[in-house]
Amino acid sequence: MAKLNVNGADVDVDVEEDTPLLWVIREHLGLTGTKYGCGVAQCGACTVHIDGVATRSCAMPVNAMTPDQKIVTIEALGTEKPHPVQQAWAELDVAQCGYCQVGMIMTAASLLAQNPDPSDDDIRAEITNICRCGTYPRVLAGVKLAAERMSTDRG
Amino acid sequence: MQHHQDIPSARGSLALSRRGFLVSAAATAGAFTLGFTVPEAGEAFAQSATPEVNAWVVIQPDETVIIRIARAEMGQGSLTGLAQLVAEELECDWDRVRFELVKPGENQRRDRVWQDMSTGGSRAIRGSHDYVRMGGAAARMMLVQAAADIWGVPASECSVSKGTITHAASGRSTTYGAMAEAAARQTAPTEIALKDPKDWTIAGQPVKRLDTMDKLDGSLVYGMDYTMPDMLVAVPMACPVHGGKLVSFDAAAVNGMRGVKHVLRVDDETVAVVADTFWRAKTALESLPVVWDEGENAQVSSASISAYIREGLSAETGFVGNRAGDAAAVLAASGRVVEADYSFPFQNHAPMEVLCATVRWSPERCDVWGPTQVAEAALSAVADAAGLAPENCEIHTMRIGGSFGRRLQTDYIRMAVNIARQVPGTPVKMMWTREEDMAQGRFHPVTHCRLRAALDDDGNVEALHMRIAGQSITASVRPAAMTENGDPVIFQGLVAEGTEGTLAYSFPNLLIDFAMRNPHIRPGYWRGVNLNQNAVYMECFIDEMAHAAGQDPLAFRRKLMASNPKHLAVLEAAASWIGWETAPPEGIHRGIAQIMGFGSYVAAAAEVSVTEGRLRVHRIVAATDPGHVVNPQQVEAQVSGSFAYGLSAVLYGACTVANGRIEQTNFDTYNVMRLEDMPVVEVIPMPSGGFWGGVGEPTIAVAGPAVLNAVFAATGKRIRNLPLADFDLTSGS
Repeated sequence: MAKLNVNGADVDVDVEEDTPLLWVIREHLGLTGTKYGCGVAQCGACTVHIDGVATRSCAMPVNAMTPDQKIVTIEALGTEKPHPVQQAWAELDVAQCGYCQVGMIMTAASLLAQNPDPSDDDIRAEITNICRCGTYPRVLAGVKLAAERMSTDRG
Repeated sequence: MQHHQDIPSARGSLALSRRGFLVSAAATAGAFTLGFTVPEAGEAFAQSATPEVNAWVVIQPDETVIIRIARAEMGQGSLTGLAQLVAEELECDWDRVRFELVKPGENQRRDRVWQDMSTGGSRAIRGSHDYVRMGGAAARMMLVQAAADIWGVPASECSVSKGTITHAASGRSTTYGAMAEAAARQTAPTEIALKDPKDWTIAGQPVKRLDTMDKLDGSLVYGMDYTMPDMLVAVPMACPVHGGKLVSFDAAAVNGMRGVKHVLRVDDETVAVVADTFWRAKTALESLPVVWDEGENAQVSSASISAYIREGLSAETGFVGNRAGDAAAVLAASGRVVEADYSFPFQNHAPMEVLCATVRWSPERCDVWGPTQVAEAALSAVADAAGLAPENCEIHTMRIGGSFGRRLQTDYIRMAVNIARQVPGTPVKMMWTREEDMAQGRFHPVTHCRLRAALDDDGNVEALHMRIAGQSITASVRPAAMTENGDPVIFQGLVAEGTEGTLAYSFPNLLIDFAMRNPHIRPGYWRGVNLNQNAVYMECFIDEMAHAAGQDPLAFRRKLMASNPKHLAVLEAAASWIGWETAPPEGIHRGIAQIMGFGSYVAAAAEVSVTEGRLRVHRIVAATDPGHVVNPQQVEAQVSGSFAYGLSAVLYGACTVANGRIEQTNFDTYNVMRLEDMPVVEVIPMPSGGFWGGVGEPTIAVAGPAVLNAVFAATGKRIRNLPLADFDLTSGS
């Protein structure tokens, strides 16, 4: 059994304790927006926020989590809907196949929460997610556009 | 065009089955119960509540225009491009356009009204632009005729704009939504005139993709995400040595593990654990004792494969792909021969969505929910594996999480059916692990190449012999397509004639030939296919010849390209854009490359630096002439994505073999391009009209040679084997 706080709700899940958080989210909670890509914390398709920090859920055993840690998945990203990162992504048509994009967006949102005005080099260093379609140039542009919008909103 | 009278049977079944039902994902917490509908088996189209105008177009009373898409969408954007082509002729309001995917069983039932559904070879648009535009135009004509009939005026007096039909003389107007039902009763026109592309207003525009929003909030259900009530999950493992056999497995060792339902023989070489969740199935599979008969291929290594293939480099004769004059004689007599050997390694497609399919089999019917690039061939495979007639099977097509050619093969679909057939009535989702995807890829073929050129005293090429040796995809995947002498597609981009990919250069004496040597690792069509290695071999060696002749690589190419102005135009454009004629900034070095493939002319110019052995690709310019451009911003996305894919292979990617199996197991050992190393990409679309070329693949091929030539300019080192990451670029080494 594991006690988790996911998207603002406390949940009990009956799973083996070494089950990665990714599979709890996908298979036991039915939230399939978070993707499986590698299972070894390489690709970032499984990125969720844990207490606001982008974390690769595929290599995070559920018994390493405590009930007070706030887990947020793509389904509950942001107070503003859609999140400025999602808006920027739509505006620039960033996605191709889209499979990795949820992880990209979660990573970008976390980056901007911690560094509201990242340089190109910051973005290149922080977003290490894999996209096989090669959307990288638009991912870079998308993070910058979202940063700009969020900065304007803060006035 | 499909007449509406053919439709009732399909619509009848649709009406009966449009129930949908609520299911709850296997959630233990009520707060997380997710409601969604699962389409019933046999349902033709989920969205089309109103009668279709024709097979391509459905217009709803609220003016929503649904355009049907028969080709697979795996990120390449052709879904949007095809919709633009239909909408262009339909003259509808683009803002109202939605899409739905065609199913192969439905296509079969309707005498292939949507024609070819296969999606490979960069053919989605170039292979169907004419008939999809005709579909849009026919629908427009039927809508206008319906209004004209009601008004009692000639259709020729009516005009259309953005879905509104107007009869100016009488001041009347109506909408597509209002006319759709009457239009469906019209007879399809037989004479259809298409617009001149110069009059396009929707096609040719950089409109946004139609399929974006559900990719950004996680709501798009990919094959991996598909869920049905009472569904089980299967995780398979095949013999890691291709061609090896499954001898036995000890099911009792894992049967008691939590969630495990079945341990099954899938086929001669594969075992699978079926459980209630992926994680439990995977955990049990890892504990399952399995005995393989790996066969003699277990002795094979990368070194033994290389030795076997290299023997083909000096074989007496080869299958000839291009010949002029007598290259052998001129080379034998020449006093100045330039020579080099190159090679290109195995690559895995490694799409982000690993292979999967959900199957529900019963003795009467088999339904598959999953991704495929070849829906019709996959349906045949399903029927065969299911032991059922194709009309009792269906593939519920889905958008795909990247594919790059991997799902042109149907091995995984067949496997999923073999599993579900052993659990009748229960839906089973087969999901591969990334490790299985790496082990059981259908790899970019491995080849070597020996190039020998005779130069005269002025540095002119008197003769060139290009001998390619190695693996044939066709021989493995489509043996029936082999010609008497060999593999007809091995010479992509190197042939003298045709519209797919001709060699840009004219040499007085030329021989390009192929010695087939097939190792046991199974090959497949990897995005760009044979163009990838052919471009590295030819374009890097052209650079070597230019260097040997003491000439500028662009000037040297120009002299050889006089009779191929389209090839030259893209090369000149890329070179000019990057500033080839002016000195690069301090520490920056440049390389160029061009090739023709998939019906398009492409060129690239790269700027790199090498500092203390560390390569940085700063900038890469691409020029592409695909004849017509349907969506310039998607062409830009494809070209820039092609560089990420192509450079992944050249810089880092190589699958190697030890003890008969692929050594790389995941992205930690099979590295790929990430944002940190992605160059700035500048794309010059230069459609010259008069032909339709592909966009998704050709540019991949020029990424490698442009960068490798720039690396030579920077370091004086010729990298002739890949990946580049294996080489020390520090000076003096």
